[in-house]
Amino acid sequence: MSALLDITNVTKTFPGVVANENISISVAAGEIVALLGENGAGKSTLVKSVFGMVRPDSGEIRIKGELITPGDTSGAIARGVGMVHQHFQLVPVMTVTENIILGDEPKRGIFLNMKAARAEVLALSEKYGLEVDPDAFVEDLPVGTQQRIEILKALRKDVDLLILDEPTAVLTPQETDDLLQVMRNLATSGVGVLFITHKLREVMAVADRVVVLRNGRVAGSTSPKETDEEGLAQLMVGRNVVLQVEKGEAKPEAATLVITNLHVNDDRKHLAVNGLNLEVCAGEIVGVAGVEGNGQRELVEAICGMRPRMSGEVLVSGEATPDMHPHKVHSMGVSHIPEDREKHGLVSSYSIEDNLVLNQFDRDPFAKGWIRNIGALEENATRLVEEFDIRTPSIKTTAGALSGGNKQKVVVARELSQDTRVVVAAQPTRGVDVGSIEFIHNQLIAARDAGAAVLLVSAELDEILSLADRVAVMFGGKIVAILDAKEAERGLVGRLMAGLSA
Amino acid sequence: MAGKKFSRTWLTPVVAVLVAFAIGAILIYLQGADPLKAYQSLFSNAFGSWSGLAKTLGKATPLVLSGLAVTIGLRAGLFNIGVQGQLIMGAFAAAWAGYFIQGLPIYVHLPLALLFGVAFGAGIGLIAGALKAYRGIHEVITTIMLNSIILALVDYLAGHVFQEPGQILARTPHVLPSATIPKIFSLPSGFFFAILLAYLVWWVFQRTTSGFRLETVGRNKNAAWYAGISVKRSVLIAMAVGGGIAGLGGGIESLGVIGRFEPTFNTGLGFDGITIALLGRANPLGVIPGAILIGGMRGAAASMQFDAGVAPEIVDLILALVLFCVTAPFLAKWLKSTEVGAKISSGWGN
Amino acid sequence: MKKFLSFKWSLTLLLIVITGYFYSKDGVITSSVISTALIFGLPLALAAMVGIMCERTGIVNIGIEGTLLFSAFVGFFTASATDSDFYGVIAAVLAGTASGVMLAFMSISWKMDQIIAGTIINILATGLTSFLYKQGHTAPTTSQIDIPLLSRIPFFGQVLFMHGPIVYIGLILIFVLYIALFHTSWGLRSRAVGEHPGSADTAGVSVFKLRYLNVSLAGAVGGLAGAYLSLELVGSWDRGFTAGKGFTALALMIFGRWNPMGALAAAMFFGLTQAVTNQLMFSQIVKIPDQFVNMLPYILTIVVLAISAGKVRPPAAEGQQYEKEQA
Repeated sequence: MSALLDITNVTKTFPGVVANENISISVAAGEIVALLGENGAGKSTLVKSVFGMVRPDSGEIRIKGELITPGDTSGAIARGVGMVHQHFQLVPVMTVTENIILGDEPKRGIFLNMKAARAEVLALSEKYGLEVDPDAFVEDLPVGTQQRIEILKALRKDVDLLILDEPTAVLTPQETDDLLQVMRNLATSGVGVLFITHKLREVMAVADRVVVLRNGRVAGSTSPKETDEEGLAQLMVGRNVVLQVEKGEAKPEAATLVITNLHVNDDRKHLAVNGLNLEVCAGEIVGVAGVEGNGQRELVEAICGMRPRMSGEVLVSGEATPDMHPHKVHSMGVSHIPEDREKHGLVSSYSIEDNLVLNQFDRDPFAKGWIRNIGALEENATRLVEEFDIRTPSIKTTAGALSGGNKQKVVVARELSQDTRVVVAAQPTRGVDVGSIEFIHNQLIAARDAGAAVLLVSAELDEILSLADRVAVMFGGKIVAILDAKEAERGLVGRLMAGLSA
Repeated sequence: MAGKKFSRTWLTPVVAVLVAFAIGAILIYLQGADPLKAYQSLFSNAFGSWSGLAKTLGKATPLVLSGLAVTIGLRAGLFNIGVQGQLIMGAFAAAWAGYFIQGLPIYVHLPLALLFGVAFGAGIGLIAGALKAYRGIHEVITTIMLNSIILALVDYLAGHVFQEPGQILARTPHVLPSATIPKIFSLPSGFFFAILLAYLVWWVFQRTTSGFRLETVGRNKNAAWYAGISVKRSVLIAMAVGGGIAGLGGGIESLGVIGRFEPTFNTGLGFDGITIALLGRANPLGVIPGAILIGGMRGAAASMQFDAGVAPEIVDLILALVLFCVTAPFLAKWLKSTEVGAKISSGWGN
Repeated sequence: MKKFLSFKWSLTLLLIVITGYFYSKDGVITSSVISTALIFGLPLALAAMVGIMCERTGIVNIGIEGTLLFSAFVGFFTASATDSDFYGVIAAVLAGTASGVMLAFMSISWKMDQIIAGTIINILATGLTSFLYKQGHTAPTTSQIDIPLLSRIPFFGQVLFMHGPIVYIGLILIFVLYIALFHTSWGLRSRAVGEHPGSADTAGVSVFKLRYLNVSLAGAVGGLAGAYLSLELVGSWDRGFTAGKGFTALALMIFGRWNPMGALAAAMFFGLTQAVTNQLMFSQIVKIPDQFVNMLPYILTIVVLAISAGKVRPPAAEGQQYEKEQA
């Protein structure tokens, strides 16, 4: 069987980073190939090259034997390649139908034929068993449904090759299983599937072959029959991976962070946090497990004073936290590692030095009254760069020039170097390389051992399971279960995350 | 390292100016005049004599201040394009205080009159700032609208309510000697004051917490809010201070150069502030060379017509070209990175 | 764009009732005022279309004022030189297109900040026209075309069917734009590009090409508006005679929620206030100094913006550069 997709010796560099180096992969019709690698290994870049979103520096990409022009998005589409993107490429203010037909609209003369479009959408929906409402506006739909639309959009034309980029990031375990089945069905019907992920479980469940990327190169090529999860993990990171972080026993004391009956709205004025109760004691890590979209972001923002609370209380050491004033909450001893570091955590065009004092720039010793103390800034920065292993040519380098992991370390350094009673860490290792992940995990444990109450919110279940002393499962805006680390078994937590009862 | 950065910083505005002059020369030639003669006349009149220099520096003073006003806005992420209106408002207010308030010694009257200029200019800036901070309306539109409103308003006031008695022309009475800015060695002292102010503004941004606040808001509003900086307050401050400085420029014009308020007293100064600010890479000190250059050009424009037969409007055109060249491609990327890190086109919905 | 605001409809009804009342009192003046409202409002409406076409595709266009000034200038002097209003209009449209292409070039290819790019267009237009301007020229203006039969209808005849050619072209253009934007594939793709360029790009639509096309076409529409100002409405050109219309147009665009029909309505309302004010001044009913009358449009613009603020939703991707390559 000839290859549907043939990637030969593709290399792509971005300023300062080699994303792909000499990569060769092929996918045949009816085959499911998994492209495995950790964050930053170069998987997305490679796939974007296939789809024309990125131009490789060298190498060849052939689809059904034909050479693709670099940077030509329509070339891939025209040859029967469909792509389901990690970050959905949908227009929020348009309807499901409009989104699906975009780029190839059914027409009557020069006018759009929306009737035919609707019919087409319904037919597609039926064919693949992915239910959607053609007239709904995308922005009103939950994330899982939005993904269905992404998939339908990709499958609309007769695709011979379907590429899925981290499709299960926002799905419940059950929805994930459904998706894996869809992939199997497609493969059986002759479609080639290239499936990018960093989740070992999924690879083992569905792939025919696995190609592992590490630091931009192909680290190995194998299949589920020949290996197991540990083997894949080894290939992914190149050394013995400790899948569990080493930590001592927690010694929890009084409850420092107390959340009572919290109600918070999301951006569209729907109730995202619906009567939530939670306590975090000093000296423990509570991990909030849950599929993204169940109110975690709103919870974190409400605790840190970034989102208005509809009702309910958040107490830190017995004191109520103010509403909508992140800085005051911070001065009560709450350190926050924000989910979106580019938006809230850093000013990319500022130096590392300035970023390290971003939320204390007007306090002693960094300023005496009105005048800033440059010497104190430098001292602080030099010390923290060393302590937190921030890889940078100098403390005056702009933060934007750092890698994701080092940027995150700057944020962590700033937050954890201050006196903290409570640490709220939201997706702290998203987009961070493995070395930095380990480092940040150790920092969180150190904070715990120093007596802070650590609230860890993460979409990576593995991270929660390895760090948390207690696991709180969040579903539908509430905490539906709180388990001790020992009892938190993956299958059980997964079911709870999906809203099923234990 | 420092040398490399210096030349990279200042090379681009210099090149931009040279290119603009070159294109201007072509246009002059096409009009049938001699470009070399024109430029020679321009520069010798602007800088070649003591009186020429005095005129240049006099013209440069409000330009420095306008440039500063725009620069402060840019640093905070705002495009205060209405400095002309703020300047005119300040000019009027100062001129009015200069003649209306009587019986005060110069060391009280003069600062007071200037203060009127600052206050009224700041008031206009504050209006635009408030509309932005509280209603999210983009300052480009509001300040341009305010410009036109102010022009009409002062025209009316100078022509009707506060007109010099017995005059057909619309203008206010001459300011009292106690409100006139004295000259130093027959050079306008307002200029040196403006330079000092530029240094002060630069220092505020470099070394103070207030400057840091404004700067942070300009680079990343979300991070600024998160760090405890009030974005609304920063917007108000940047617009008010900018307006106040522009108003001061107008006041200096009224009290030091013209001696009264005439509605027609300046036409081109408005957008020059923007050109100067961008030429100076949004650096408060960088406005000085640009202001001197443009001040010289505008001051000598009339004599250029006399000497070489070139319409003085060529200056407008050359300056427009300078602005264009200064913001051209490779510079646009530079602009985005360091000094003007602000995101100005935030759209209308804030 | 999803629903009709009942406020707008009740306001329109009120206006109709008031107009009917005044018509019964003095038909001639009322028809004349409403007709004047249309011709005052039209350049604003066309200028607002320029804004809509650009912003819907994601490009903020502050330079409409410059486009108007420049194309009016080119149109006027071409008409003067060729003694033909027709060539004048064509030249104006071409000049407008040129300014559109320039804006596109600066903001898309050079990735310049769009507000700065628009400001440059304004300043360049002012500088260039100021320098090249020679006083004392006259140009042939367009002649009024009375549509046979329809122009005899009392009231509506004068209001709608006895105008210069650009009024008709303009109105048709606005209507066509409305249909195109919401019912053709060009419209769907353009809007997608302005809301979420990635979605269009990954669907095979060239964001780059579409933005270039739309901004250039918008420039052409601006050119038509400029031609209207110097060759139909005013009949001459002078420094600064566009008097902020380009900026008012932006306010109308926002108030009209980036919808051609909404902007048209807002522009007509604007024109109406000016026409009514003029009539009141003319009939000596109200005596206000000239300067305050001149201020009115600017104050009104700010008021319009202040009302719409916070309630409107601009195209989500406007003002942002679209970068394909993101690591």
